[in-house]
Amino acid sequence: MAETIISTSELTKKYGDIKAVNELDLNIKKGEIYGLLGPNGAGKTTTILMLLGLTEPSSGSAEIKGLNTTRDSIEVKKFTGYLPDQVGFYDNSTGKENLIYTAQLNGMDAAAAEKKAEEMINLVGLDNVVDNRVATYSKGMRQRLGLADVLIKDPEIVILDEPTIGIDPTGINEFLDLIRSLSKENGITVLLSSHLLNQVQQICDRVGIFVKGQLLAEGSIKDLADQLLEEKEINLNVKIKDYSEQTVEKIAALDEVREIKEQENLLDEIYQHYFKGGEVDARL
Amino acid sequence: MKSISTTLKGVKLMPDYNNSFSVMVNKEISDHVKSWKFIIIVALILLTTFASIYSILNLIKNNAAVINQEDNFLFLKLFTATTGSIPNFMTLISFLGPILGIALGFDLVNSEQNQGTISRVLSQPIPRDYFITSKFAAAISLVFLLVFSIGFLVMGAGLISIGLPPTLGEFLRIFIFLFLSGVYIAFWLNLGILFSIIFKQSATSALASLAVWLFFTVFYSMLVNITARSIASNPFDLRSLTAALSRLSPNYLYNELTTILLTPSIRTLGGLSFKQLQGAIPSTLSLDQSLILVWPHFTALIAASLICFAVSYLSFMRKEVRA
Repeated sequence: MAETIISTSELTKKYGDIKAVNELDLNIKKGEIYGLLGPNGAGKTTTILMLLGLTEPSSGSAEIKGLNTTRDSIEVKKFTGYLPDQVGFYDNSTGKENLIYTAQLNGMDAAAAEKKAEEMINLVGLDNVVDNRVATYSKGMRQRLGLADVLIKDPEIVILDEPTIGIDPTGINEFLDLIRSLSKENGITVLLSSHLLNQVQQICDRVGIFVKGQLLAEGSIKDLADQLLEEKEINLNVKIKDYSEQTVEKIAALDEVREIKEQENLLDEIYQHYFKGGEVDARL
Repeated sequence: MKSISTTLKGVKLMPDYNNSFSVMVNKEISDHVKSWKFIIIVALILLTTFASIYSILNLIKNNAAVINQEDNFLFLKLFTATTGSIPNFMTLISFLGPILGIALGFDLVNSEQNQGTISRVLSQPIPRDYFITSKFAAAISLVFLLVFSIGFLVMGAGLISIGLPPTLGEFLRIFIFLFLSGVYIAFWLNLGILFSIIFKQSATSALASLAVWLFFTVFYSMLVNITARSIASNPFDLRSLTAALSRLSPNYLYNELTTILLTPSIRTLGGLSFKQLQGAIPSTLSLDQSLILVWPHFTALIAASLICFAVSYLSFMRKEVRA
């Protein structure tokens, strides 16, 4: 059984009378991808800020690898990478310069920092634009640069706050795949916050449902679904070779199927046709 | 995207976290030096200084005897003499210095906040106050570098063109004057930093800093006059009250300070009674006497500067950083 690497106990943050985070008990195991799923304003970002020591909790405490995140935040930040939802770079510097700066803040000397920055740029596939000013980057490129920026410190834990906002569907999939493979191959623990269910279920091992500062349920997507529903509604996307009424009837005739609705997903088709970037989910 | 496992496990060097501060200061300095606002303001200062020195050197060359009638501090006249049309170096610095300080400071924190870089930097393993202290250190070292190099350039130009070397006393006076100019500019720099923490928009903080500066340069003396006149009962009271109130303004402090430092023939800041004047031999003050005279100003200016920085430091440390 993997050890717990991030834990919070009765973590609470109040803004005036409003409890943004309410007695949160979170346990995240080493090497897993944990999805913090909740609507906007649920307190996801506040929780993350407390985990990084950027905000002090009103009460309760958070620990990463046994270190208190408020008191030992510098220690914690040595092996924890954070990608904010609106990641910002120095627009007038190149992507590489931005990365080198981060690397140097993480204690590398100039030569090592440059080498590491180049490595990371290759890793996230930004080789072509490495010497362009960040001001010229697209949102997706910025997000990738952000990932490179997080990985440059060789983190054991990566915290991603709404990492896919503003990226196109193809980009999202690539981005999530990259995170997943990084986590699995290097044993990096990932905490990912999102309000988009289908992204979370795509890559997360476990999910916490987080609403109004409280953790309502926790577990793998499958467990959660089992807990909640006996009769499930699943959106199956079925590709049919030669469309005919008969095919649909055949599916409807199965014992397990209660109801069938046709839903032409033209957008999907369009994306598949023009972008060809692996699986595409047009509902995003 | 290349193979991940090989690249990530590539180089693993022993990290050294002690250099962060100098890395940050270096970055701040290079940001300043490359920025347009810095280039523009330095060009402005250099141009006006050049114009002022040029006219003063001409004046001194042609009328050295007349100018130097009263005392023996011809070299200091480089900084204080004026032709009427172009202000002297002392006035220039007291005018452009605050603008330099404000220009360096007004967007230091809020621009990073608007760009979203602040949360990225603060999520690196550095103490939080490095963020603000490195900005301060970078800006202040630029200010001192600039003030001293311009001051020494002026001295050099004077040396070459009039061929009269400064005495040790003169040199020390100029040196202290330049140092104090740095402190004075630092006050405005810190005010700019403070506003850049308080206000989210750079434009607001720039305007707020300029408003404070305008208030002290233009309106404050009027206010002081009105208040002093309404309170004081006799001319002597009026005079001392005006002086006391005026000295709350950093501009006034700085002007008094530099005037006394660079004009040794001024012997007092307040009025002298007839009794005190009786039997006094008209002469100049020595450096240590001048220093004693302005020591309170000196302390006050440094204190004002430090208080401004302390307030900005505190408000930054208490601020919640959201992306």
